[in-house]
Amino acid sequence: MSEAARTPFVESLREAAAAAALPGRGIGWLDAARCENLDAFLAAGLPDTRNEAWKYTALRALAQRPFALGDAQAASRPVEAAALALAGIDGPALVFVNGAFRADLSRLDDLPAGLSLEPLSQVLAGEPEPLRFALARLYRDGGEAFARLNAALAGDGAVLRVAAGAKIAQPVRLLIVGAPAEGELAWHARHVVELGEGAELELIEQHLATGEQRHLGTQVSDFVLREGAQLRHVLLQRAAAGATLVRRSGYRLEARAQATLHALELGGALVRHDLAAELAGDGARFVTRGVFMPTGRQHIDTQLAIRHQALGTASESIWRGVADQRGRGVFRGAIVVAPGADGSDASLSNKNLLLSGQAEIDTKPELEIYADEVKAAHGATVGQLDERALFYLRSRGLPQTQARALLTAAFCRAVFDDLPDAALREHLDTLLIGQLPS
Amino acid sequence: MLKIENLHARVEGKDILKGLSLTVKPGEVHAIMGPNGAGKSTLGNVLSGREGYEVTAGSVSFEGVDLLALEPEERAAAGLFLAFQYPVEIPGVNNTYFLRAALNAQRKARGEKELDSMQFLKLVREKLKIMQISDELLHRAVNEGFSGGEKKRNEIFQMAVLEPKLAILDETDSGLDIDALKQVAEGVNALRSPERSFLVVTHYQRLLDYIVPDYVHVLAGGRIVESGDKSLALKLEEHGYAWIAERHPEFAGQALVGERA
Ligand SMILES: Nc1ncnc2c1ncn2[C@@H]1O[C@H](COP(=O)(O)OP(=O)(O)O)[C@@H](O)[C@H]1O
Ligand SMILES: [Mg+2]
Repeated sequence: MSEAARTPFVESLREAAAAAALPGRGIGWLDAARCENLDAFLAAGLPDTRNEAWKYTALRALAQRPFALGDAQAASRPVEAAALALAGIDGPALVFVNGAFRADLSRLDDLPAGLSLEPLSQVLAGEPEPLRFALARLYRDGGEAFARLNAALAGDGAVLRVAAGAKIAQPVRLLIVGAPAEGELAWHARHVVELGEGAELELIEQHLATGEQRHLGTQVSDFVLREGAQLRHVLLQRAAAGATLVRRSGYRLEARAQATLHALELGGALVRHDLAAELAGDGARFVTRGVFMPTGRQHIDTQLAIRHQALGTASESIWRGVADQRGRGVFRGAIVVAPGADGSDASLSNKNLLLSGQAEIDTKPELEIYADEVKAAHGATVGQLDERALFYLRSRGLPQTQARALLTAAFCRAVFDDLPDAALREHLDTLLIGQLPS
Repeated sequence: MLKIENLHARVEGKDILKGLSLTVKPGEVHAIMGPNGAGKSTLGNVLSGREGYEVTAGSVSFEGVDLLALEPEERAAAGLFLAFQYPVEIPGVNNTYFLRAALNAQRKARGEKELDSMQFLKLVREKLKIMQISDELLHRAVNEGFSGGEKKRNEIFQMAVLEPKLAILDETDSGLDIDALKQVAEGVNALRSPERSFLVVTHYQRLLDYIVPDYVHVLAGGRIVESGDKSLALKLEEHGYAWIAERHPEFAGQALVGERA
């Protein structure tokens, strides 16, 4: 074991792991995978900025902080139903508080035909075998420290399956809630989503907080879309201002499958999201639209990696970053068009706005093409608000802050224009404006 | 209403206005003419408080208050309006939403009650009679994809809604064909009143056939070099700006240039 790995962070999790009583104990392949991932994590610890994937996100301060594993009182933490409500949307919902499943807050009755929605803990107690492929994975890259940790320590999460051909009309909601507890704790959530052939689903994933806390949350989500399946994934991240949140979302798209992600990253102190998509089948299509808005001293890092592996696959990504005060944004968009993925189409645009002299955004588009007849376009910019537009608005009477907010919201808004649900679009707009000084 | 005294202003280290004085009383229409580059837009920008336009000497009082001490939005709330020579396109900001926000911000600053959306719509309908704008343009993003003429009409429409005390129209005639010019002039004339004053900035005399000014001034070399009634505009039309250069040999060699009007 390297000395570097012996940090308060690693040591606290070593102790926590030894004491943990995780669901699914005794399932041989799961025990083995948890054990191996834990060992890998303990041996290597957290990556430093020499690791390319963590170049702009330093974990030094995090490494000095110990965390308790889980929240013994998670089942009884008060959460107001109103805090979870989303206007105009009430359908199936799965709620986790500090990593623990909350049946009392979830809505799992009357599920539409073809939809199966269960907490992972329950699946592990019943028929875990279908999850083996996802849960038995070993994370071999040192940059995947949090995925290792998650694999070793996650006890719950959502298991969502849509049967072949089922088109689920109502959006399904996944709510990940952080609640204040006695100390700073770490929770880990593991989600598995599978859409059968031709299935259709809209999933709204929300990260919320019921109060201020400095917890660490890790989350790993796997999305598998079988042939012709269609997923609309909406992600609203409003973690507590002090929270550390590290997520990895992997999408695997088979032939003619289509996934669309709309992401709004607003909360958290240290936030990271690795988005990895594999366009594995011919004609698969992956669309992402996102906005990240670090302010105060927030650090929000999005790493998008798309791999075109089959004929005629398409990806289209539009991201906007807005950093205010001492906020720091990081965006990496890496697209690989692998050999054989001929006739693919990949585009990526990331435009960023700095609202203060102390804000910073690092953006890095990368494009590697190894196939023929590929259409690819990508670009990234970092700029400031248009002074002429600002003056125009102010000259008509809008106060400076309001004019800036209006222009900033406009800069971001175009990203969500193609969201078909008007109520949801309006909600995103309200959240976005709420993030701006007024 | 407006009293400009010995105004000096600098842009990017370059002195543009060099001792400009002008007094405008309520209800008056003053035309300001001058060759390209004379500083006409600079004057409008300085009066409305644009950043980067540094006043190095002189004073401007507007209804008794020191205009130069106010932020641009405070000047707007005080009743100043600038119709831009080049109205700015603002993608993502809805034209009508913006106008209501601007009006309400002004009203709030003046301690007046804000208008709800019904009251605002009623006001818009009324003002459309003064300056016709298509529904489609009203609901588009501010000036986005508007033709040159549509942009100018939108400026006048906004002026009608905001009801300023002093409006500066910066080359509102440029880029308009004769029909559009007439419509814009009609809109402006409909807004003339004993309490409202106008500074009509133009390069050409043509606009002044339709918006008849009380006074005409020639701005050259950063100062008002000639003042008179509307006949001055005709004289300028006839002789061109070279005539100014002849009458003011102190400008010899300077960039007030004798471009013909
Ligand atoms: N924002 C600016 N930056 C640099 N120079 C400027 C700017 N605005 C005006 N100027 C300069 O000031 C002078 C006067 O310009 P302007 O006021 O636009 O003249 P006019 O409107 O009479 O044609 C010109 O020489 C112009 O180049
Ligand atoms: Mg000009």
